[in-house]
Amino acid sequence: MAELETPLFGFRETLPRTKEFRRIVRVFLSRKIVVFGLIVILALILTAVFAPVIAPYDPYDQNLYDVLRKPSSKYFLGTDAVGRDTLSRIIYGSRTSLMIGVVALGIAASIGLAMGLIAGYFGGLAYAFIMRLTDALMCFPMILLALVVAAILGSGLKNVMLAVGVALIPAYCRLLCGLVLSVKENDYILAGRAMGASNLRIMFLHVLPNCFPPLIVLMTMQVGMAILAEAGLSFLGIGIEQPTAAWGSMVSDGYQYLLTHPILSFAPGLTIMIVVFAFNMVGDGLRDALDPKLRGTI
Amino acid sequence: MSVLLNVEDLKTQFRIEQGLVKAVDGVSFYIDEEEIVGMVGESGCGKSVTQMSVLQLIPRPPGEIVSGRVIFEGRDLLGFKPNSPEMLSIRGGKIAMIFQEPMTSLNPVLSIAQQLTEMPKLHLNMETSAAREQAVELLRMVSIPDAERRIDDYPHQFSGGMRQRVMIAMALSCNPRILIADEPTTALDVTTQAQLLDLMKDMVARFRASLVMVTHNLGIVARYAQRIYVMYAGRIVESGTTQEIFAAPRHPYTIGLLACVPRLDQKAGRKLVPIVGTPPNLIDMPPTCAFLPRCPYHIETCKREPWPELRRIAGRQYVSCYVDTGSA
Repeated sequence: MAELETPLFGFRETLPRTKEFRRIVRVFLSRKIVVFGLIVILALILTAVFAPVIAPYDPYDQNLYDVLRKPSSKYFLGTDAVGRDTLSRIIYGSRTSLMIGVVALGIAASIGLAMGLIAGYFGGLAYAFIMRLTDALMCFPMILLALVVAAILGSGLKNVMLAVGVALIPAYCRLLCGLVLSVKENDYILAGRAMGASNLRIMFLHVLPNCFPPLIVLMTMQVGMAILAEAGLSFLGIGIEQPTAAWGSMVSDGYQYLLTHPILSFAPGLTIMIVVFAFNMVGDGLRDALDPKLRGTI
Repeated sequence: MSVLLNVEDLKTQFRIEQGLVKAVDGVSFYIDEEEIVGMVGESGCGKSVTQMSVLQLIPRPPGEIVSGRVIFEGRDLLGFKPNSPEMLSIRGGKIAMIFQEPMTSLNPVLSIAQQLTEMPKLHLNMETSAAREQAVELLRMVSIPDAERRIDDYPHQFSGGMRQRVMIAMALSCNPRILIADEPTTALDVTTQAQLLDLMKDMVARFRASLVMVTHNLGIVARYAQRIYVMYAGRIVESGTTQEIFAAPRHPYTIGLLACVPRLDQKAGRKLVPIVGTPPNLIDMPPTCAFLPRCPYHIETCKREPWPELRRIAGRQYVSCYVDTGSA
């Protein structure tokens, strides 16, 4: 009896967990555009970390002898109306953008996930209350919601992060709630309950880990969204205060000179576009790699 | 032998849109120490709900245990709230349960080791290393080859039969008094079924636990159970020792069940006799015997009187029927 289910010889060697991980990596890296996105994101992180080393000038240093210069070997992307080097400001702006992306995401994810988990797991009144709250939040376009928060709390980096964070909550709440609703019907949840596991234990040990793949995808894509939202808010003038280098406010500052010095708006605008695109592509790649339904097709 | 678990007049209902489903309608049964009890009935007769009610695993809403007592170790389990510490320590710790679908009963994102050590750590306050040693030992007992290595594998690396072995190991990891197996082998192929049932029998004997086998397979109970409860439409219609019931079934439903099972000791060419009709809809049940529309033995009394109480026939055999099928 003991030997009946012994695996075939050599079968075991191909089975370990690493194989699954390798498959995910292979699928993930199989599309060039995803690799491109990954490189952009890595470059963004490196730029943000090593900004003082990479930037040719101080981004806050106003040089009134060199205002509105065209791109040249001295100022690679030219200078703005008060003589600040555009390239240096874009490089420093990466810090602002990345910070907003990560912190806003942290706020949205922690609150949204907690809400979604509770609503999905307990159902009933908790579900009704939390989901109606989410519906209410979803009624407002994200920018409008962020505008309201920013209007109440004032502008500034912290408040922008909070505003964008709050605006992103419903996406997490909805997604996780849906996932939990389906995961909690699984037999292993019932088995876990029959084994005497408490609600908290089942929620965090059995339900949540089974919801991870779609969440990772959403988070990646939301970093792009958060960066875009910050740029939008800064463009509208309720975001990052001067003189902090931020891409959105650079676009906004530059557009007064759009006809004469388009590069002032185009350079940061293009940067935003590429970065957001990169995050979306990586998110897409992760979805393909982590989706069990696509297993074996790629 | 003394009574380990005594369930009295258990009633569980589900309130759904179409009405009130009386899934379990006044079920009483008991389990002795170190006894193997079979609970037989067709799909939807309430046998699973009965067991789930014992552990208060009924989802509510829509389910509700409306009455009854579940006496275990001198305490009425229905007196505790479903998520009270007392219930949590009984589930898995004192009464463990195995489910039908081994393929989905293990959490796919946790390793076997994590799942096998979870309960001893929870119920017995075992250290991780000790729990792991015990888990390896349990896997060996349930004949998982190469247990030491395989314990770090994930459920998808195990076959259905092996997963059910892991479930058995898991259920027994806290040395429970009762193991409830809810159709443990239905999803497995026949050769694996026999192995698993033998294993389960050995394991409960070794752990000195009682076993409740919930099944629709009469062959299983005939071979393994000492006592049998036959359920129909949320009630127990006949009970007795396995010998009593197989030698002289008294309830028309039991008689029908046995007539539609092929037997090796009968002549070739004998036709199997199906039970005509379909099981009753559990919503808005008539007050009379629920088996009446399908019963070939029914008499006038059956149409007038309410569902009969269980009455003793002989020995430990009880039947709920007005007709004396024994003399018919």
